[in-house]
Amino acid sequence: MSVSTASRRVEFQDRAKLALEDASLQRALAKARGGFVDHRQEAIDGLPEFDAIRDAARDIKNHVLANLDGYLELYEQQVIENGGQVHWARDTEEACQIIAGICKEAQAKTVTKGKSMVSEEMHLNPALEAAGMTVVETDLGEYIVQLAGETPSHIIAPAVHKTREQITDLFHEHHSPLGYTDRVTQREALVNEARSVLRERFVTADVGITGANFLVAETGANVIVTNEGNGDLTSCLPRVHIVTAGIEKIVPSLDDLAVLLRVLARSATGQEFSAYTSLYSGPRRPGDMEGPEAYHVVLLDNGRSRLLGGQYQAMLRCIRCGACLNHCPVYGSIGGHAYGWVYSGPMGSVLTPLLNGFDQSLDLPNACTLNGRCKEVCPVRIPLSDLLLKHRVEQHERRLSSGLGRLLLGTWAWLACRPRLYQGVMALPLRVMHMFGGRRGGLTWLPGASGWTGSRDFPAPARRSFMRQWQSRKVRS
Amino acid sequence: MFVTCLADLMRPQVAFAAVALLERAGCRIRVPREQSCCGQPALNSGDRASTINIAKGVIRAFSSDDYVVVPSGSCADTLINKYPELFRHDVKWAGRAQNLADKTFELTTFLVEQLGVELEQVSYPGVCAYHDSCSGLRELAIHQQPRALLQQVEGLSLRELEDGSACCGFGGLFSVKYPDLSGRIVSDKCGQIAQTEADTVLGGDLGCLLNIAGRLRREGSDLKVFHVAEVLAGMTDGPAIGEAESEDTA
Repeated sequence: MSVSTASRRVEFQDRAKLALEDASLQRALAKARGGFVDHRQEAIDGLPEFDAIRDAARDIKNHVLANLDGYLELYEQQVIENGGQVHWARDTEEACQIIAGICKEAQAKTVTKGKSMVSEEMHLNPALEAAGMTVVETDLGEYIVQLAGETPSHIIAPAVHKTREQITDLFHEHHSPLGYTDRVTQREALVNEARSVLRERFVTADVGITGANFLVAETGANVIVTNEGNGDLTSCLPRVHIVTAGIEKIVPSLDDLAVLLRVLARSATGQEFSAYTSLYSGPRRPGDMEGPEAYHVVLLDNGRSRLLGGQYQAMLRCIRCGACLNHCPVYGSIGGHAYGWVYSGPMGSVLTPLLNGFDQSLDLPNACTLNGRCKEVCPVRIPLSDLLLKHRVEQHERRLSSGLGRLLLGTWAWLACRPRLYQGVMALPLRVMHMFGGRRGGLTWLPGASGWTGSRDFPAPARRSFMRQWQSRKVRS
Repeated sequence: MFVTCLADLMRPQVAFAAVALLERAGCRIRVPREQSCCGQPALNSGDRASTINIAKGVIRAFSSDDYVVVPSGSCADTLINKYPELFRHDVKWAGRAQNLADKTFELTTFLVEQLGVELEQVSYPGVCAYHDSCSGLRELAIHQQPRALLQQVEGLSLRELEDGSACCGFGGLFSVKYPDLSGRIVSDKCGQIAQTEADTVLGGDLGCLLNIAGRLRREGSDLKVFHVAEVLAGMTDGPAIGEAESEDTA
């Protein structure tokens, strides 16, 4: 991560520009956008007490974060009692080592994975592949992304950036050698083909790795929410089940879990409940018909504990529903890849600088209109746009923002504190802009804001400011 | 009245319309000369120190008034919600900031909720789409107020935008720092406006309206864009926002 701040800045803007020019990406995004928003709204309209449940959900997460050490220990005890093991990983490197170690010990050749954003955070796939294993993503979206050699672009809809035509091409290319020579184009046929290919992988896998939507401290269960059932096949069928999760995923009890589940699916996909909500508590017990022989949980910190007690702690409440992405105009314009890391949209713009370092993602907190819709839809009431503003304050105070920008802003602010001078100084540019744009109604090019005038006119200002006109009106009367 | 820098420099008629509406409702208007901007560009750039300096000036300028009325949701939000937050730990200024916040109102909110005005006869023959600006809508719950007033305008019919609470992509300095992104978002918004088949776009925030008008002009659209105050005050004879001046007004 030794990329200089300057090049990092250019990277986001370049990626955003490419995304805006990518016609298939734009088609895919346009298609997804309205659906998520409408479905969520319908689900919430059907639950009048939604806001009260959101408050309760927020309070549960706050309570957990205030007592995280105790709940983590309780959770670990429960997992051990159930016959499983908990591993603590300080950072992503350590997490990868632990997981690769478990896989090697199990002499694993094939590893199936159910959707886990935290494993994307760890870059787990390359680590396991380097250790000689074949990793198969089992969530349809993640599977598509894996075939394309990409990363997920959305935390709950990993392949939302792909059009059906692109998926058809990918399947045809990768499945033909397996005997699926017909080129299928319909949605259902595509799903069936993936299901058929993946079935084979599920039964031959040695290790299954899943994420966790929640970890229940009182029972030691991990909870996974899917619509495809792939999480269950990944958890149950292989000899070894590994759960990966961030340390903030804890909830105290099953009652608390019920509260959070009520807001999760509604916020994410607009469902009342996902098709599958599964709880797994450990390895197969004597007499059990099925289940893994060994059960491991790898808990990742990777900078999360640093946020406890600080001004960004609320971010640890995030339950990864994706509602903020779905309602963000910037995410809706460029998709997730432009953000440069596993987490995108508003939650990513808050989290990425916190976990990867402030100077690594200077653009993210600024590339936001502060429209506040993310904050409005968040099921655990994270004040996302306020946290982005805190990032900006921190960038300003650490002098990470651009020198020229600071100079211009400082000069303007100095003037704004001296209203009479400000009014005098503003008179000249006003007259000039009015002279050039008044007749047409707007300027088609404006020095210093050529970006603005690239896609729209700059409406011409008045010839004389209100304050000037008001003074002369007062004098006249 | 707090004029707002955009109304002051870009569209004085908005401030004159606000004055007219308030005067007709029986208010005595004072416009302190010691005002420039509410400080949002500094605040949203993370420059708290500059914002605090600007805010102190605003607090002082209006310390003797009974009410402060602002023809903008986002600037009103700055005075009402952001100033008290800025001075939360400042013993000397916290009370004064809260005082200002308590007596500050966005224009349509003030007209409806404080004055309960009935408009003098005013007409605007047009089909209007209303753009709710984000700060006003989400921070100050401005939604019904402008609509209630516009209902009193003769000949005016209102159309709602699909996904009306979506941002127009202005975002202050955002539109200058990330013009490509901002341009995409505003062009989506203009698409939704076109779907309503309205002939006029109204809103309560000049920032959004300049952005939308600029984009509509570039697209060659002949939709008119006005601040809601201009329509309510019957000041729609001159050119709309971003529209060319006719010979006699030039």
